[in-house]
Amino acid sequence: MNLKELAEQIRDRFSNQGVKISASEIEQRLHSLVDDFKVPTEEASRSVVAYYSKLNLQQVSASATEVIYSKIKDINTEDKWINVRVRVVQLWEPNSPSIAQVGLLGDETGTIKFTSWSNAKLPILKDGKSYSIRNVVTKSWQGRFSISLNKASEITPLDEEVAVGRAEEEISGTIIDIQSGSGLIKRCPECNRVVVKGHCAEHGTVTGLYDLRIKGVLDDGEVVTDVLFNRELTERLTGMTLAEAKERAMEALDQNVVADAMKAVTIGRYYIVRGNKTPRWLLVTDFTEAPQIKDEDISAVLARAQELL
Amino acid sequence: MALKQREVARRLYAKELQESTLFYKEHDDAYAPQYLLTPTGAKCNRVFVVGTLTEKENVGVDADYWRARIADPTGVFPIYAGQYQQQAVTQLSSIEVPSFVAVIGKLNVFHADEGPVKVSIRPEFINVVGAETRNRWVLETAEKTLERIEILKQGGENVAKVHDYYGTDTSPYIAVVIEAVKTLVKES
Ligand SMILES: [Zn+2]
Repeated sequence: MNLKELAEQIRDRFSNQGVKISASEIEQRLHSLVDDFKVPTEEASRSVVAYYSKLNLQQVSASATEVIYSKIKDINTEDKWINVRVRVVQLWEPNSPSIAQVGLLGDETGTIKFTSWSNAKLPILKDGKSYSIRNVVTKSWQGRFSISLNKASEITPLDEEVAVGRAEEEISGTIIDIQSGSGLIKRCPECNRVVVKGHCAEHGTVTGLYDLRIKGVLDDGEVVTDVLFNRELTERLTGMTLAEAKERAMEALDQNVVADAMKAVTIGRYYIVRGNKTPRWLLVTDFTEAPQIKDEDISAVLARAQELL
Repeated sequence: MALKQREVARRLYAKELQESTLFYKEHDDAYAPQYLLTPTGAKCNRVFVVGTLTEKENVGVDADYWRARIADPTGVFPIYAGQYQQQAVTQLSSIEVPSFVAVIGKLNVFHADEGPVKVSIRPEFINVVGAETRNRWVLETAEKTLERIEILKQGGENVAKVHDYYGTDTSPYIAVVIEAVKTLVKES
């Protein structure tokens, strides 16, 4: 890329934030750094961006009403400079000394990974606190977006709390397994933890309350996802109510008959499942059985096959 | 804590499985999973198949040992279930022939002396399903097979291995897809 193109790219980056700078002015600065100061192009670009970001910040703080905050769910391009209003949802252990902080930020529309670089020397973000963060850069890796906090970023704590919504995901596939711990279970009346043999890990021996759940495995032939159905959704998925499940378990003198009956009506069938993603589970909020295949689906596959011949 | 990644259940037609003979391991260790690399480049350890249970027989002498055949539009999947597949043994003993069934299982290979390699399925779970599930599987397997062929043509990760072992002609497998999907078209 030549300096003219690079200048245009930088100009576009700023104009996305509503800051107008002429490409020729940027190009002039780049030329000066590269030709006169013998700075590598990459470093020159970085320097120019930092210069205008600082300038922009001063302008922004002079007219604070004009700051436009992006919604997390709308983040869909790489290398874009944006502002966000977020709450810290999770902080993880950085795996490199060059990273000061890494974790998850959220707003009403969803959550996104963030990285704060050590060399940016930014204030530390606290778990659960809300902030306005200006001048962060969007990044993408393997199709997932994240935001990067850098030297030009400005962090302001907020008095009000930003509500965090979790983006729902929809996946489809076959239930190929139902794991142990599914079916009829008992929960601690104090803390809702699953009680194993009358014992809660926190509260010791307790009289558990019956509940239903399914820890299923959904497989689409490429990816497997652990899916968790709560009582209401388990009842709808299997057609078996909690009362019926208790009755069956009592008749058989065995709680496992419930999970076995649930396997018999779900494994091998196709579903479309919606839910909230956690690191381990998709917490199901809704599901439907996959619809019957349509004539259009059949002709589309035949056309695709013909094309390959 | 490193959780062991669960093996994905691959979708492929009986015809392709019958012609698959290239088994390999990614690591030398005795416990490393064994994969079957198929002519369209599917890397299979576990499979999900849906078809018609056409035969079943308990051929065990002292203990239960069930042999069964499951037909799809392109051929037959041989199934063997013994004492380590207790769930599947119980299910097989009660399912009627013929029925549409869904099978989740691991691949098993026989190296008969001097004879050809034979691949069968050791079922983890067998369930009776309806025609709509069977039809969806036939269509889904067509899509997955075509996807693999497209990836082979673009040069995916196992292309060299597949081409060296099976050759570069994928047209027989495209023909198999067409043959299978045509059985879904309603006579009118
Ligand atoms: Zn408790």
